[in-house]
Amino acid sequence: MAIRFIILTLLFLSSCTIPSLSLYEDQVGLMDWHQQYIGKVKHAVFHTQKTGRKRVVVSTEENVIASLDLRHGEIFWRHVLGINDVVDGIDIALGKYVITLSSDGSTLRAWNLPDGQMVWESFLRGSKHSKPLLLVPTNLKVDKDSLILVSSKGCLHAVSSIDGEILWTRDFAAESVEVQQVIQLDESDQIYVVGYAGSSQFHAYQINAMNGELLNHETAAFSGGFVGDVALVSSDTLVTLDTTRSILVTVSFKNRKIAFQETHLSNLGEDSSGMVEILPSSLTGMFTVKINNYKLFIRLTSEDKLEVVHKVDHETVVSDALVFSEGKEAFAVVEHGGSKVDITVKPGQDWNNNLVQESIEMDHQRGLVHKVFINNYLRTDRSHGFRALIVMEDHSLLLVQQGKIVWNREDALASIIDVTTSELPVEKEGVSVAKVEHSLFEWLKGHMLKLKGTLMLASPEDVAAIQAIRLKSSEKSKMTRDHNGFRKLLIVLTKARKIFALHSGDGRVVWSLLLHKSEACDSPTELNLYQWQTPHHHAMDENPSVLVVGRCGVSSKAPAILSFVDTYTGKELNSFDLVHSAVQVMPLPFTDSTEQRLHLLVDDDRRIHLYPKTSEAISIFQQEFSNIYWYSVEADNGIIKGHAVKSKCAGEVLDDFCFETRVLWSIIFPMESEKIIAAVSRKQNEVVHTQAKVTSEQDVMYKYISKNLLFVATVAPKASGHIGSADPDEAWLVVYLIDTITGRILHRMTHHGAQGPVHAVLSENWVVYHYFNLRAHRYEMSVTEIYDQSRAENKDVLKLVLGKHNLTAPVSSYSRPEITTKSQTYFFTHSVKAVAVTSTAKGITSKQLLIGTIGDQVLALDKRFLDPRRSINPTQAEKEEGIIPLADSLPIIPQSYVTHSLKVEGLRGILTVPAKLESTTLVFAYGVDLFYTRLAPSRTYDSLTEDFSYALLLLTIVALVAAIFVTWVLSEKKELREKWR
Amino acid sequence: MASIIRSKSVLSVFFINLFLSLVSSAVAVSSGSGDGFSISGRVKLPGMSLKAFGSPGGKASNVKVVLNGGEHVTFLRPDGYFSFQNMSAGTHLIEVAAIGYFFSPVRVDVSARHPGKVQAALTETRRGLNELVLEQLREEQYYEIREPFSIMSLVKSPMGLMMGFMLVVVFLMPKLMENMDPEEMRRAQEEMRSQGVPSLANLIPGAGRS
Repeated sequence: MAIRFIILTLLFLSSCTIPSLSLYEDQVGLMDWHQQYIGKVKHAVFHTQKTGRKRVVVSTEENVIASLDLRHGEIFWRHVLGINDVVDGIDIALGKYVITLSSDGSTLRAWNLPDGQMVWESFLRGSKHSKPLLLVPTNLKVDKDSLILVSSKGCLHAVSSIDGEILWTRDFAAESVEVQQVIQLDESDQIYVVGYAGSSQFHAYQINAMNGELLNHETAAFSGGFVGDVALVSSDTLVTLDTTRSILVTVSFKNRKIAFQETHLSNLGEDSSGMVEILPSSLTGMFTVKINNYKLFIRLTSEDKLEVVHKVDHETVVSDALVFSEGKEAFAVVEHGGSKVDITVKPGQDWNNNLVQESIEMDHQRGLVHKVFINNYLRTDRSHGFRALIVMEDHSLLLVQQGKIVWNREDALASIIDVTTSELPVEKEGVSVAKVEHSLFEWLKGHMLKLKGTLMLASPEDVAAIQAIRLKSSEKSKMTRDHNGFRKLLIVLTKARKIFALHSGDGRVVWSLLLHKSEACDSPTELNLYQWQTPHHHAMDENPSVLVVGRCGVSSKAPAILSFVDTYTGKELNSFDLVHSAVQVMPLPFTDSTEQRLHLLVDDDRRIHLYPKTSEAISIFQQEFSNIYWYSVEADNGIIKGHAVKSKCAGEVLDDFCFETRVLWSIIFPMESEKIIAAVSRKQNEVVHTQAKVTSEQDVMYKYISKNLLFVATVAPKASGHIGSADPDEAWLVVYLIDTITGRILHRMTHHGAQGPVHAVLSENWVVYHYFNLRAHRYEMSVTEIYDQSRAENKDVLKLVLGKHNLTAPVSSYSRPEITTKSQTYFFTHSVKAVAVTSTAKGITSKQLLIGTIGDQVLALDKRFLDPRRSINPTQAEKEEGIIPLADSLPIIPQSYVTHSLKVEGLRGILTVPAKLESTTLVFAYGVDLFYTRLAPSRTYDSLTEDFSYALLLLTIVALVAAIFVTWVLSEKKELREKWR
Repeated sequence: MASIIRSKSVLSVFFINLFLSLVSSAVAVSSGSGDGFSISGRVKLPGMSLKAFGSPGGKASNVKVVLNGGEHVTFLRPDGYFSFQNMSAGTHLIEVAAIGYFFSPVRVDVSARHPGKVQAALTETRRGLNELVLEQLREEQYYEIREPFSIMSLVKSPMGLMMGFMLVVVFLMPKLMENMDPEEMRRAQEEMRSQGVPSLANLIPGAGRS
């Protein structure tokens, strides 16, 4: 009895006392890792003054501005701008401010160079779009201030670099002049502004930069017209192309006169057919023209003649000119030669002379060089050395100095498109005895230390030792499968067409692969990742592999490309350029004898193609022929269609793997009142443990669990913009739950005065969605649960417990069961970037919603808070069931942020993967940063926690044994005494 | 300091605001031409002052101000001021993202009919704001605080309870037995013996032989 009582108390206590999902500060980094990236670098400015640490300031395609340490490539500071806030240019002013121009030339910001604090922000207005240009002249200084010239939106602005005040503005849009170039004249405070009006009128303005006074204005017409970029070859000459793209036009505007000079490309001995383009560069007396697949360096001779200096293939990259010591200029040329990259630094204007020539070995997985920036430094012998910052095709950033790669950054990981996971290889058998003995000693020592830690007796060295032991003992970075399924490979596909395998233990890159590009397809788009082969039962010798599906071109009719990648070795097994397109890819729930998953590719003619193309696959497919259904969402037309397979393709070429389809049903939303903004379905691999839910009244509710459920949200077209663009009266949000086999609308609900964006997650029998309520002006989250009414009479709990219910009776997707829904809505404080739900191996563990908030944090919210049965005064029975009293808003508990005090900047997606251990789920959040952690939504009830003190357990057992003997002796004595009495 | 302006020169207005805020009044400035309205305000963080600029303690560099769920993102100046330009009339939502602090989103009404009129209210507490000065509702502690070691925590732990129970049985039970009437106790013992319920003495080998 007593033992039972103890067990009961223990159970009760353990369920109460263990803190909910939260972390102690010293546990950071045990189960999680965080990596910071910046993205593909667009601009780079070096800051290498003698004092202070050398740094380079970069802006990237992910709208990041960052200051990097030139020695190691680490991030000093970094800011992620808004999604629409694309950086147009960066520079350094006054030697202490980083100036950025962004948002199509409308926002100018200054950041403090040492710490990245924003100093000022200025908004530039203008009426018309024009090329945004940022110029920070070095010589335009008044007292301690210096001018920043910005040409954007048809205007030229002069901005003070101290406080961002706009000193003067000159509007060129009024004269319909589109500014092409702002040129600073040496040794004077005058600037030239040149531009076109229309396509043939050339304008040159001479302006006093100090006050914006117009000194001179010249204009001239050129009959041929202008097109494309201009290349400035000297302070008063520029080169551009005429509209036929076959004539180079040299425009000189010196001495207040504009003169045109035409040079046929064919006169330079070049074939001008094809795509001719002038590349923007800042070399003096020289410019680059790209013709088809080669590049020409053309020089302007002293007699104003053009001559070809050099001809290279199009993979060669040229840097901007760098001015070093006493006005000397240099630029870098990077050429590819096999596995090597040749970097040549040449003095300006002199092609045949080389300042530096280096050749570095380059990993071919990095692809081609895309950009190069150079910087000089003084060697110890007072000569000039050069370092080059190279941006590669795979978005990585390398610093090259003295023929060596000093550091590199894998910045493709800032632009993850798709993620999947792969198991690691199984560990080979065999453990040595010595190892066990050694580890036993270590184990004891470790536990002694841990005990010290728990008793708060540990010295700082001990604490450090405990941390080190914890990190080591977890064996989290081993390259083999573990018992709990915590170690996995995260296979990520990035915008750079590069696939990385990250180890889930510490986030290191195990392998990376730049996807092979074929002749026909040099820039595939719309890449996606699918599990192709995940061997577990049979075919254990096969390595798992993933399928990458891409599109060769922009339009949806473009042919698809397939690529198969082995996830253990990172080798591309195979790749195909298909003849048909792929607008939709459907992994089927069938695998063949080698555990290759069958996939269907839907092309733009609504035909489906079966992969892999084997006879076995086709025989499996033929068996399931009539059971294959899918849907397509055409958001632009407001149509959702259901499809089924009809017959084999009837074409001239007999293709066994091609099938015609038919439309089974379609739902057409009225275009004038509803616009589809979100469509979410259940995760295909989700596991549901039980179909029934026993309520407190001993009642059974049957969950309506269907894999074919689709959640669709539509909004009023007027309210499809941002918040603030629509009135509550003209905004509504309609949500639907649709069965994708029959096209039946199971549930429809209208939220008046609500608008998007909608983020939703569908799991088991419930859907949770987040939207904006315009009336309350707050975000809301709604939950809808669906229950099957047709089985409601089957209510006997006893039968359910004994397994004598009819739940095992086959369920047909064609049946139309009666369903009921329960809904409830709560306020939620933050904007949301992504929503996901935890998933566990068997679906027993309760669920948590993972909400990526606007602050780039990930919040774990118990599903219990989003229970439609919450009421203001729950009965005692309901309380016991775990129903929380109703509140109008969802709680935000700081300890339940899974990212704790870290940010996943630019958060885009959250992936959850079940571990083998039922209580645990693995979470990977990605954006510009990556974050990975392990979560136990109902705590780790099936394993001991990491900080479980075995030593204390041993101590207790010893104490108990001792107590038994003591009591034994005592009781014997007592009995003896009693007998004597 | 809520201000709504139809302005061209933002910065000058910003300085006017700065000046007017000293007189502590809500400002409403509207100027002639321009496209759209602007909202400017200030975020107050504890420990952030004008002096904080440049020092590592200045946390303002890690704060983002987000308009309408991501339409625009801006950053704080060293003194905590921010502004959004080129906004349409209507009701907007401003959120402050700062690690370590919980800020309520703010609803800001920009009136087209009365240019220069602005209304701001915290959506969490529904409190109206006279000036657009945003302060954190609370600090966020992301980590559980490790309790210092105490005897009580050891006692409260399951093991401690087990030990406690054992001690009670060992030391208190005999005391209780002693207080019992010897007659009654004998009867109870007899009863137990007749029922054959194993006593503690029976369980321990050697002790049961009496």
